[in-house]
Amino acid sequence: MRCDVILAGVGGQGVLSMAYAIDHAAMARGYFIKQSELHGMSQRGGAVSTHLRLSDAPIESDLICKGSADFVIAMEPMEALRYTAFLKPKGLIVTSAAPVKNIDDYPLEAVMAALKARSAHIVDADALAKEAGSQKSANLVLLGAAIRYLPFDAGDFEAPIASLFAHKGSEAVALNLKAFHLGVEGTLR
Amino acid sequence: MKLLLGDEAVGQAAIDSGIASVNGYPGTPSTEIFEYIEAAAKKDPGLRIHAEWAANEKVAYEQALGASYVGQRSLVTMKHVGLNVAADPFVNSALVGAKGGIVLCVADDPSMHSSQNEQDSRYYAQFAKLPCFEPATQQDCYDFTRLAFELSERLSLPVVVRMVTRLAHSRAPVSISDPAMRNPLSPAEDRNHWALLPALSRKLYDELLMKQALLEKESEGDVNPLVMNPAFPSSATCGKVGVIVSGIAYNYFREVFPKDAPSHLKVGLYPAPLQKVKALLEACDTVCILEEGYPFLEQTLQGQLQGHFAPQFKGRLTGHLPMSGELSPDLVARSFASLGLCDPLPAIDEADDVKAALRPRPPKLCPGCPHVDTYRMIKALRESVQPLPVFGDIGCYTLGFYPPHQGIDACLCMGASISMAKGASDAGQRPVLAVIGDSTFGHSGLTGLLTAARENTPMTVMILDNSTTAMTGAQKSLETGDPLMQSILGLGVDPEHVKIVCPLPQHHEANVEILKAEVAYEGLSVVISRRACVKLRK
Repeated sequence: MRCDVILAGVGGQGVLSMAYAIDHAAMARGYFIKQSELHGMSQRGGAVSTHLRLSDAPIESDLICKGSADFVIAMEPMEALRYTAFLKPKGLIVTSAAPVKNIDDYPLEAVMAALKARSAHIVDADALAKEAGSQKSANLVLLGAAIRYLPFDAGDFEAPIASLFAHKGSEAVALNLKAFHLGVEGTLR
Repeated sequence: MKLLLGDEAVGQAAIDSGIASVNGYPGTPSTEIFEYIEAAAKKDPGLRIHAEWAANEKVAYEQALGASYVGQRSLVTMKHVGLNVAADPFVNSALVGAKGGIVLCVADDPSMHSSQNEQDSRYYAQFAKLPCFEPATQQDCYDFTRLAFELSERLSLPVVVRMVTRLAHSRAPVSISDPAMRNPLSPAEDRNHWALLPALSRKLYDELLMKQALLEKESEGDVNPLVMNPAFPSSATCGKVGVIVSGIAYNYFREVFPKDAPSHLKVGLYPAPLQKVKALLEACDTVCILEEGYPFLEQTLQGQLQGHFAPQFKGRLTGHLPMSGELSPDLVARSFASLGLCDPLPAIDEADDVKAALRPRPPKLCPGCPHVDTYRMIKALRESVQPLPVFGDIGCYTLGFYPPHQGIDACLCMGASISMAKGASDAGQRPVLAVIGDSTFGHSGLTGLLTAARENTPMTVMILDNSTTAMTGAQKSLETGDPLMQSILGLGVDPEHVKIVCPLPQHHEANVEILKAEVAYEGLSVVISRRACVKLRK
């Protein structure tokens, strides 16, 4: 098994939290793992991405080669497109539907058309996150929606999500778990 | 096993090496080393680790030397350009050596993800004649840092660990070994070793030169493994190909050749092992050099091997790999494909519909950021006062260079805003404005302002006091609030011309009037634009 994923989004959308959850689920499963991320200036509302590699054999490179990623999982549609060159020919894009329009002249139609042309799985993560109780949990919805493609079960994420939000209290944990499960079910609907 | 960033693995190793202190100034991509230790020290006071940010990297390095003097181990952390600031104590520390182990972990930023240049810290280690480890993996980060403390005390030398962004910020499981005992407190007894007076320095420099042979011996050991594979197929164009590879480039190399790889030398400790390099060269017609940063090995080895061999190197200097920017598995694969040693990667061109839909999304000042209001003031000021050169500095507010703010015209290095503005004023330009943040002012602005205060130089310094080191994730600032005001007055700036404004829309007009008056004043004035970073409100 080898699973190479680019996680992407805009600074502040919780991309690194998604990576944290997948990392720890992978650790519990005994997978080999490397996860490379960019900190610093990218936190200021700029593009954020992380290369996440899972395998049952040792992994060498921290970065994924172009044309070889299995998935791009993105919190933002244009950010999903930004990494299409990394996808292998049959690679899949899973993205939240909501654009972050902190740039001038956001070409929403062109973005959505390019995503549809690539049969992207587009998730209305914001709506499900609101249903869970906070739009901030959209990253957990997207994670829930994406895991059907990844080498995990939904149950693998209970502990990582709980530990991720433990410092914010039990309500935050419950809310984010709810968001995650709405994401999982939303995919199956 | 612990899942750790490369940075965190260095931090964990320092904790397990029994350090008494961690010393540093925040800077991407090094910040997490310090923060990891700081968090551990807060959680477990029993560790007895002093973990407070220093005013700048020079202060941090000197603190570590003080700890070393009294027999204690300490870690110093900084980004590559921080080592320019700490270069004076760093280079001289090679002569005084080390009693307690002292390890400098310096993080380079090839491709300049969050930096003004991509200078290569290995040259500093070579310049100071100090050993330098370069980890390839997170496990190396841990193991090499442990080794570095041990080597530092064994050879009585400060030791460098060189990181790069991609390793600093990449996570993998790391296995941890048993912690070392903390050294007893025992001040150095040999006074002749710690005072760099010329007569003593000459002896100490001879000692340092003598130690180079020990470093070379160290370098020929297992830390720099040479793997010979004579059965690996030759290149049709370049014959037998060998590889010298260091740091994270090793991971890219093994990605291309996961099982059967050409003969290679993995360099994890500098100076590079010359005997092993020669053994590799003897067996090969061509040697590819894969290194992150400048062509350091390529250049150094060319010089060292002259007369012995005429090696056919292929690296950044020969154009086999690009001269600038970080390496990637793609670049490394392509470089070997060009020699016919692996399959060429399929050419991946961005599709036209994707190209048409993409826009750059650069970092921006946050909504509600006080700097936005400050730059509005400067813009309004520049509408009536022209020309008005504005010298900027390093921090979030550097983003004010871009539209719509366009509030600064220059940015060089920490603290340069004030000194450059003074230089422009000295040369006859009036008025001039400097813009600097509170933490950067504490780092390198004080001395510039002192110089200007003594001459009452006609210029205006705006200090953007958002009460934190925001750019790197809100670390403590040493020059904010009252202490900042006390420093400014203490340096001798006329209190009549030290003003505080609050950058909020409702004060905009009044603030612009204050700025106008201070810019018109034929002497030194300071305007503190004070409002806390919005990220602190969380």
